[in-house]
Amino acid sequence: MSRPEHIAPPEIFYNEDEAKKYTQNSRIMEIQEQMSERAIELLLLPEGAPSLVLDIGCGSGISGSILEENGHYWVGMDISSAMLDVAVEREVEGDLLLTDMGQGCPFRAGAFDGAISISALQWLCNADKSHHRPVQRLYKFFSTLFACLSRSARAVLQFYPENGAQMELVTSQAMKAGFFGGVVVDYPNSTKAKKFYLVLMTGGSVALPKGLGTEGASDGVDYARRDRAKNLRKPLKSVRSWIQEKKERRRRQMKKVRPDSKYTGRKRCGRF
Amino acid sequence: MKLLTHNMLTSKCIRGVSVGYPLIINATEVKVNQTLFNSEFVSKLIPKVDWPVLYNAAESIGHSEDLPKEAPNDFEQNEEFLKKAHRALVEIEVISGNLVCPESGRKFPISNGIPNMLLNEDEF
Repeated sequence: MSRPEHIAPPEIFYNEDEAKKYTQNSRIMEIQEQMSERAIELLLLPEGAPSLVLDIGCGSGISGSILEENGHYWVGMDISSAMLDVAVEREVEGDLLLTDMGQGCPFRAGAFDGAISISALQWLCNADKSHHRPVQRLYKFFSTLFACLSRSARAVLQFYPENGAQMELVTSQAMKAGFFGGVVVDYPNSTKAKKFYLVLMTGGSVALPKGLGTEGASDGVDYARRDRAKNLRKPLKSVRSWIQEKKERRRRQMKKVRPDSKYTGRKRCGRF
Repeated sequence: MKLLTHNMLTSKCIRGVSVGYPLIINATEVKVNQTLFNSEFVSKLIPKVDWPVLYNAAESIGHSEDLPKEAPNDFEQNEEFLKKAHRALVEIEVISGNLVCPESGRKFPISNGIPNMLLNEDEF
């Protein structure tokens, strides 16, 4: 899979053409909406009370619209002016700022009740200009973000880490800036639906929420004692239990699976 | 840019600037958008907002109207005051102009309602 951050810096990559996709491509929009909803869920804002939320890398304001639906007010920052123009065209309620997250969040202490970011953080791991130092930029971002959040507020940042080292780098810089928390992984068994959320807390360490689609998954590899005699008698893959296990696995990967019925794993009648 | 955002915005990201607050507004175009009034949200905001800064900002762009100079103590019950605060915080929007850093004098242009807070490489 090609990664956009390898192609060009964000302010150049998200030009008018790319920005248009975020209002016309229903697939992109649907994924963004789903991730925003999950991020807001992880944010644990007080229920029923409107909050002021910072949206980092707000782009065309898709995540902002979801915040509005949930009754919150938001301020968005993004580095791409083309994307922000699209947001203005869409007449979003939130306020928009053209800023580089690597230069810090330019806000007063304790200004926001929470912060979300959808698919933006991985851009910080790249050095697009000669004077960029990813580690310093990450630290500057997290330390200023920490300052502008009110105590007990959370920040949920969905991102696409390129590898384990990058995930480690991002998390360690966030911890260095004073945050507690870590990465929540949704649907870890699926390549496509797998999503990483960096959940950061300002006030004390609380247990991280569980990722979606991790129920029943054990830490190690499941194994079963081989029953040789049985294996010889019956072909392994048409056994009902094997089929159900496979269906369960596919369900965990968010794939479409037919529901189980009494016909599952049965032979067809001979006439067919 | 709404005045609520202005109330939160600083220029302390510039190297050598320690407070960078409040930013001075030089507005060339201001618009007033009617939005839905939410008393709960506004009363939650009042303790957070720096009221003198909000008043001065509204005055500097000629929209102070009948905004009180100080926030009353019983603001939660004072519906009339909350409506005025709502108007000042989220309805008045600066469409174009400049924000000026009070310490370094650095100008941040506002166009299409979006302040450009990007810094050059030698500034941070």
